[in-house]
Amino acid sequence: MENNLIKVTVIDREGKSHTLDAPTDMSMNMMEVCKSYELPVEGLCGGMALCASCHMYVLSDHELSVPSEDEENMLDQAFFVKENSRLGCQIKITDDINGLVVELAQV
Amino acid sequence: MIHTDIIIIGAGPVGLFTVFEAGLVKLKCHLVDSLGKPGGQLTEIYPKKPIYDIPGFPTVMAGELVDNLMKQIAPFKPGFTLGERAEKLEKTEDKLYKLTTSKGTEICAPVVAIAGGLGCFEPRKPPIENIEVYEDKGVDYIIRDPEKYRGKKVLVAGGGDSALDWSIILADIADEVALVHRRTSFRGALDSVEKVMDLAKSGKIHLITNAQAVGLTGNGILKEIIIEEDGKENYTYRADHFIPLFGLSPKLGPMAEWGLDIKDNAFIVDTVDYSTNLPGIYAIGDINTYPGKLKLILCGFHEGTLMVQSAFKYIHPDQKLSFKYTTVAGVNGFD
Repeated sequence: MENNLIKVTVIDREGKSHTLDAPTDMSMNMMEVCKSYELPVEGLCGGMALCASCHMYVLSDHELSVPSEDEENMLDQAFFVKENSRLGCQIKITDDINGLVVELAQV
Repeated sequence: MIHTDIIIIGAGPVGLFTVFEAGLVKLKCHLVDSLGKPGGQLTEIYPKKPIYDIPGFPTVMAGELVDNLMKQIAPFKPGFTLGERAEKLEKTEDKLYKLTTSKGTEICAPVVAIAGGLGCFEPRKPPIENIEVYEDKGVDYIIRDPEKYRGKKVLVAGGGDSALDWSIILADIADEVALVHRRTSFRGALDSVEKVMDLAKSGKIHLITNAQAVGLTGNGILKEIIIEEDGKENYTYRADHFIPLFGLSPKLGPMAEWGLDIKDNAFIVDTVDYSTNLPGIYAIGDINTYPGKLKLILCGFHEGTLMVQSAFKYIHPDQKLSFKYTTVAGVNGFD
């Protein structure tokens, strides 16, 4: 990956697709990437898996890390949860997820 | 009516520390918070999480930081109105601000400091289209008096501690208790989970898992809840009460109507003194915004400190304020 950048695609709540450059060397997660591009992700709790305001659906077939107990618990309090629901703050930006496609959940 | 120098809305870390800085310049504070305990997010969301960026503390538990702040401000005898939401803010004839809470408590002061963090914590409402129609007509987000449900049929929704605990309590009171949850496993304290499972086995709690409530029906008063369960056609469940318990989420709430300039759910301030567009009203901590803003406790402490200097000049325009170090002057509390 050139310059430690990968591409991720975020589909916003209006259905518009945004393909973004995400750095793999800055300990970032999908919530932070969305926020840095000013996409409408709140990330209220700052990435502690404590608010579910970065709820998103994973559309591509990337093998992501298994959700932690904290994340599962938080998803229990979220609405519109589906099989492919994740908290963006728990998806770390690494080379493995190059080409990831996610869709922002309703709030 | 309570009279003070500074009304602080929000008893989180920033609001608490502001009491200390205000005390140093002999200003008294009264704190108001919608939560029942001081500490804001630290108490409500992450009391057991360590914080690593408080200067001088390589690590400190959020709950411990709140305890320490309470000790630090004790000499300045702050007033507390907890469990009441700041509702209405008016200007009085003698140019003071009068704050009225959700329970009708009135507090008067020349200066208001909004340290409201993310806003006030309110119950999360499930996205059921007509849920508002049935609020207080069968739908309750908070259980105030369990006796209300004596002899009634109740459907609780949620998988966390409060859903489990209330299901257990209501099992003894209500005629019938059902608990609907999105998954088969429950989080929450292990013994609560076990108790719910036991009560389910003995038929005292009807468990509906891999399911969620998706609709409500009734004629002005709740009669049935529509349940969507994996592998089944949607069906209705008869109940007098539907109690969704999905935790709390913060909202700007009534403060948004006070005439303050807002950007992205935060109050716009001047970084000279963290004043808002309304004279005598300041916003500090996570609830304000300005170029370069960082939502850090550390930054909130700084903002509160500078804000208090400006508040002093606003309250006492004719007096000179001489800044004193605590190492020189000590901490002289109020009698």
